[in-house]
Amino acid sequence: MASYSTNEFRGGLKIMIDGDPCSIIENEFVKPGKGQAFNRVKIRNLKTGRVLEKTYKSGESVEAADVMDTDMQYLYNDGAWHFMHPETFEQVAADESAVGDAIKWLKEQDTCVVTLWNGSPIAVTPPNHVVLTVTETDPGVRGDTSGGGGKPATCETGAVVRVPLFIDEGELIKVDTRTGEYVGRVKE
Amino acid sequence: MADWKPSAPLAKLKTRARLLRRIRAFFQAHDVLEVDTPILSSAAVTDPHIDSYSIKDPRSGESRYLHTSPEFAMKRLLAAGSGSIYQLCKVFRQGELGQRHNPEFTLLEWYRLGFDHQQLMAEVDELVRELLDDYFLLGETRRLTYRDAFAQYAGLDPHTSSISQLQAKVKQQGIDVTGLDDTEKDPWLDLLMTHVVEPALPRDCPVFIYDYPASQAALARIRQDDPPVAERFELYIYGMELANGFHELTDAQEQRQRFETDNRARQAAGLDPMPIDAYFLAALSAGLPACAGVALGFDRLVMLAAGAKSISEVLAFDADRA
Repeated sequence: MASYSTNEFRGGLKIMIDGDPCSIIENEFVKPGKGQAFNRVKIRNLKTGRVLEKTYKSGESVEAADVMDTDMQYLYNDGAWHFMHPETFEQVAADESAVGDAIKWLKEQDTCVVTLWNGSPIAVTPPNHVVLTVTETDPGVRGDTSGGGGKPATCETGAVVRVPLFIDEGELIKVDTRTGEYVGRVKE
Repeated sequence: MADWKPSAPLAKLKTRARLLRRIRAFFQAHDVLEVDTPILSSAAVTDPHIDSYSIKDPRSGESRYLHTSPEFAMKRLLAAGSGSIYQLCKVFRQGELGQRHNPEFTLLEWYRLGFDHQQLMAEVDELVRELLDDYFLLGETRRLTYRDAFAQYAGLDPHTSSISQLQAKVKQQGIDVTGLDDTEKDPWLDLLMTHVVEPALPRDCPVFIYDYPASQAALARIRQDDPPVAERFELYIYGMELANGFHELTDAQEQRQRFETDNRARQAAGLDPMPIDAYFLAALSAGLPACAGVALGFDRLVMLAAGAKSISEVLAFDADRA
């Protein structure tokens, strides 16, 4: 089984911890002048999304996690969320825990990053920006382009985004999925 | 295209050059002689926690080692009657890479005849204050024993606590550690030192920690107190370990035993034993004058002066670009 020595630790490295695949966020090498050195790492559990801190005695080996981030196209939802590899056309189905918070940004045909562990999806990252149709919001106020204040708008995927007062139902808006914030209006 | 540019901005390289000049002026004023000793040596450090780079001579097939500190060679000069000496040199340690570590780094090492570790701490303090004075204000220097540092910041006695008491403290602090076993106490002390004590030390003043457990003596003399302690010190500023000093062990017999103990520990840990420096032991037998010595991480001093977060910001080319 593949493994990494603490010497190889760096941000982004995927390792197994207590049976779960994890990604190293930060790695710090510490040593008390003389004596035992340690690697202090901040790690994200890729299944739960939880961030934890761990310390390894330097020189220890840790099992590698067979984790791959793959660009895939979102197809449809029938209780599971189906994604397709754009070149091999291979399809995978992600369950609700894998899709997680991405759920409210998933629009058919959009390309997402699907994290596969031993070939199965464990996490989905939506594109940084998505374009969505506003399905429900208070009537637009003409002439107000200040963007100040704003109002809630429900989008086709179910996401609720704060938008400027001039936005109407049926319009397309661009949203930053990392912050959940409105970026701008999109002309069809 | 390869990123060929320096890892340090020019301003920080100027700080580096300026500090080098001032260090040389300091030692000239204190009548300490500058020396330089071989980087490549037939013997190596035996410390199980320091990993030397080795090079095989293609003709003789013999191994040579890049030094991890100029200590053995400088002590041979002292035994030969050099008087107090200092050296600024590159040293090499495998696997040490991080915010504060680069496998190739610059040490300032010096030895003072007739000093003990307390007197040398005073001189280290004088030098560091003089060098950093232009860059920021340092509070009053603090000196505390290893025992007091643990009592104050970790709430336990490092000399009398058992391994299971140390483990309980580690757990209570929420530290999740992998790779330490129940047979050795020092790694648990090292864990608490790096994870609990160091981050809690006063930040804006030099902090000297001294009188280490005898099991962490390295090349320091052991004073027969109750419990016996190593006459060793470390300097911290802003929680960063900057220097390690000893009231030097001068007993050849005891030095040989420590090397052999180290090599047994290396073998127990699955590491190769290192060739013991016979020249150094012969110099000790001939007579090393009573002295104290210290090694100071020059790059870290530049980090403090230049306000750098990472050692790569003060190196012309860090390990990733070397």
